[in-house]
Amino acid sequence: MTSPSDPAADASTRSIPDATVLFAGDSGDGMQLTGAQFTLASAYARNDLATLPDYPAEIRAPAGTTYGVSGFQLHFGAVDIHTPGDKVDLLVAMNAAALKVHLSRVRPGGTVLVNTDAFAPRDLELADWSDADPLHDDTLDGYEVIEVPLTTLTREALSDTDLSKKQVDRSKNMFALGLTLWMYSRPLDPARDWIRNKFSDRPVIRDANLAVLKKGAHYAETIEAIGTRYQVDPAAMKPGTYRAVRGAEATALGLVAAAHQSGRSVFYGSYPITPASDILHEISKHKNFDVATFQAEDEIAAVGAALGASFGGSIGVCGTSGPGVALKTEAIGLGVMTELPLVIVNMQRGGPSTGLPTKPEQGDLMQAVYGRNGEAPLPVLAPASPGDCFYMAYEACRIATTYMTPVMLLADGYLGNGSEAWRIPAVDDLPSFTVENTTEPTDRNMMTDDDGNPQFLPYVRDDDTLARPWAVPGTPELEHRLGGLEKEHETGNVSYDPENHERMVKLRAEKVQRVTQSMPPVPVRGPRQGSLLVLGWGSTKGAIDEAVDRCHSEDTPVSAAHLRYVWPLPADLEALVDGFDRVLVPELNNGQLIRLLRNAYDAEFLPLNKIQGRPFRAAEICTAIRDALTPVAS
Amino acid sequence: MADASASSNTNNTTKPAGPPGAKKPAGPPGSKKPAGPPGSKKPDGPTLPPGYGGDGGGCGLSRKDFSSDQDVRWCPGCGDYAILATVQRLLPELDVPKENTVFISGIGCAGRFPYYMDTYGMHTIHGRAPTFATGLKCANPELDVWIVTGDGDALSIGGNHLIHLCRRNLDTQVLLFNNKIYGLTKGQYSPTSEEGKVTKSTPHGSIDAPFNPVAVALGADASFVARTMDRDPKHMKAMMKASHEHAGTAFLEIYQNCNIFNDGAFFEFTERGTKASRALFVEDGEPLTYANGERGLRLDGLSLEAIDLTTDRWSVSDCLVYDASNREMAHLIGRMFDQPDLPRPFGVLYQTERPTYEQQLHDQLDAVRAERGDGDLETLLHSGETWTIDA
Ligand SMILES: Cc1ncc(C[n+]2csc(CCOP(=O)(O)OP(=O)(O)O)c2C)c(N)n1
Ligand code: SF4
Ligand SMILES: [Mg+2]
Repeated sequence: MTSPSDPAADASTRSIPDATVLFAGDSGDGMQLTGAQFTLASAYARNDLATLPDYPAEIRAPAGTTYGVSGFQLHFGAVDIHTPGDKVDLLVAMNAAALKVHLSRVRPGGTVLVNTDAFAPRDLELADWSDADPLHDDTLDGYEVIEVPLTTLTREALSDTDLSKKQVDRSKNMFALGLTLWMYSRPLDPARDWIRNKFSDRPVIRDANLAVLKKGAHYAETIEAIGTRYQVDPAAMKPGTYRAVRGAEATALGLVAAAHQSGRSVFYGSYPITPASDILHEISKHKNFDVATFQAEDEIAAVGAALGASFGGSIGVCGTSGPGVALKTEAIGLGVMTELPLVIVNMQRGGPSTGLPTKPEQGDLMQAVYGRNGEAPLPVLAPASPGDCFYMAYEACRIATTYMTPVMLLADGYLGNGSEAWRIPAVDDLPSFTVENTTEPTDRNMMTDDDGNPQFLPYVRDDDTLARPWAVPGTPELEHRLGGLEKEHETGNVSYDPENHERMVKLRAEKVQRVTQSMPPVPVRGPRQGSLLVLGWGSTKGAIDEAVDRCHSEDTPVSAAHLRYVWPLPADLEALVDGFDRVLVPELNNGQLIRLLRNAYDAEFLPLNKIQGRPFRAAEICTAIRDALTPVAS
Repeated sequence: MADASASSNTNNTTKPAGPPGAKKPAGPPGSKKPAGPPGSKKPDGPTLPPGYGGDGGGCGLSRKDFSSDQDVRWCPGCGDYAILATVQRLLPELDVPKENTVFISGIGCAGRFPYYMDTYGMHTIHGRAPTFATGLKCANPELDVWIVTGDGDALSIGGNHLIHLCRRNLDTQVLLFNNKIYGLTKGQYSPTSEEGKVTKSTPHGSIDAPFNPVAVALGADASFVARTMDRDPKHMKAMMKASHEHAGTAFLEIYQNCNIFNDGAFFEFTERGTKASRALFVEDGEPLTYANGERGLRLDGLSLEAIDLTTDRWSVSDCLVYDASNREMAHLIGRMFDQPDLPRPFGVLYQTERPTYEQQLHDQLDAVRAERGDGDLETLLHSGETWTIDA
């Protein structure tokens, strides 16, 4: 986040390390598309990047209203990019409502590009600005303002085509795109290629879009209003092939990869819910891989079918958000009791109840760890970035099948909708994924029952993992019954025996505890000892890393560690925590991980909670770090 | 858990200790006792007339191969015993490998059923058995999946899943043990209990209108709908067999006596004195007659009329000839429920062929694979716009 140091007026090109651009307009203005094309161009410019769309909650809000504003924020740079950006350097406001909604996110001195054609009295009225005149009063004082009559210019550019007025007006986003691409010295070619491809069968529209895109860039070059053109150099990224990937997409790809690498089908059951539906949409596209999808009648049916599929030898997965997890609770408990693999993806959103469906929150950690009747532990994983959703979805399937247990994956809407430049892994580099079914009777897994008949023992356990055998229906001689009633050790028969119950509760807990064997060491940013450790989990990693990097650049002594394997707490965490005087725990909730930590370790934990349906800004974490390091006057 | 792995020694061929009384006393080696109410002297149980057994057949197995070593814990005299015995007698006659048979149940007295079958099985959670069956059958369509459920399980807490199962037409058999009561929770009224039912939870009588389960199934577009009764093992077995032969969701309501909390709920239809005049056994292609042929049903406009066939006024030729493939007729007959002048229908009320859910699911997967070829992960991960940073 760096502003040009010298606001000189000549249109010379200035090199900056990074920038944040926010495209905002009416739902019908094509802002998501514009943002995606700008992202692509930035990728071609070899920048690191992170994006976050901001959709209106209403499906078709009336045009021009504040609640119909759709936004797309993009942070790109020559440096490591961790988040979609704290503060906006350039806001492109396609109408008055967009300016009204997003102006506060622009940093002081930042640039605001406004479509002056959308500031008529009617537009201002729709934006609840009836009595104001934002383009001429003091609203935009302190910002650099670029006024462009986008609609008029687009119409002029297309005056000699046969397109309808509506069609003409629809391409004004290409004018804005061309203009902004020029401002940041991005190539036009990726957008051109996309347009040619997209409208290959509609040449008139294709040519119109190409023309307007070019006009936008030319306009930028010609007008004087644009004082500075910026250059963002390529980032020093790890060599490899990259793509932009959204978290929901990456989750689906991780599940597909799990099926592919394990040679086992994945059964994905889901009931539509924001923001998890996109996983279902994505995975449904890849049915030539071994993935079956099932849109269930409700979340209970989705988890039931997933667990039933696991009984049958598939990897049962169900994706939802908090309210759906609430409905699945009882069936997840059955998964714990029957010790079958099951992956539950929770794309968290603000709660409780219906809460804030489109806003991110980390409010479901306690639900994931403890939210079932009885002693029903299960491992909880939390991806740290959009691309990490791929690995953690894959990992969740591996742990579920290795330990024969339900696994909860806690992502959120910020990761699900957000995207980043993702280094595509080589398939051969993925962790190996072999899991065998038990197919033969052995001395170990058989007994002779009271009637003198051989009987399979479905609850004998592996010495290392404590997993029970996964014998699937259709296997001769291994017939057995599973169920929710307490199981007798080894035989799996129904048992109400008090000692047996206690033993089984402890065995199930110990099995989940052993998942720590499969966890990599907790990565640490900075020294492993010191006065302050920032310890977060899941989607807050980007903001924490950025904050800690900033602190490091100011020589502020602080380290950061991040949990992607959240529960059970990793085995090496205690020693790590012990190495610091205090531990700051940023969470997008009212303090949930911190309770687990306080319960487990004897250290001084400081909460940093934000519960606004918004991700952390790195600046907020920086402030908390400085506060935590300042000796309290006593 | 220090003892966790130590307790699983590698050569465990003896049965680990269970709680006292968890198992029935050992019988002679190799003999598995068929299910029967405890205390009954005849091994086959008193409810089954001789000759209805079929202790051998299709897969070379016998009834005892399908009974597990677990004690059957239903109350003595419960109708569930007869249902269990009938299933155990039927399975050897079916051409299904034992390892492919799976019973999935919900919660309730009926829900205990899988524990007594020496097949694969899963005793799931209340009302949700159809969901587990759906995932299982989709994962492996070769399996022969039976769902066992109760009136509360299927129609109260699980009503949603039941109707969606029917509409999807998953190839499975639903055995609904209807005893018009919540047995396991000790006697509250259920969604099939008659209005005014006095139970522990309704001391002044229930004010809920009851469901007629076959009408629910018909309304949910089940492709096979039938009704039978625990007290008529021969009919019950025939209905189970027909359910099994049907490709698609076969919904079979079984009138089951809960002699503890709702004794005699169906005696009107099941007991000798009244069965003939109150129960009508429909047969595809046969005229609808009952009361040993003395009474019949005719169509009067769009209504049914019970007619006396012993007088000169009506004869069998006036009776409606049943057509189980006729949806309208099934609705008309299946809806005979609370009219005192009309009998209660039993038998296959409706049957039609339509594609099954799991078949369509796999057809679609196959079609996509045929069109695009086996998925290549490398290619998938690299799809969309990519860019390369050189070393
Ligand atoms: C979620 C949940 N709610 C309630 C119960 C308690 N419960 C167990 S069985 C049952 C009713 C069973 O009635 P029905 O399905 O008719 O079976 P029956 O016992 O009569 O065979 C109830 C309410 C439960 N096990 N789970
Ligand atoms: S309570 Fe009723 S249904 Fe349950 S086992 Fe006893 S008799 Fe059978
Ligand atoms: Mg009942």
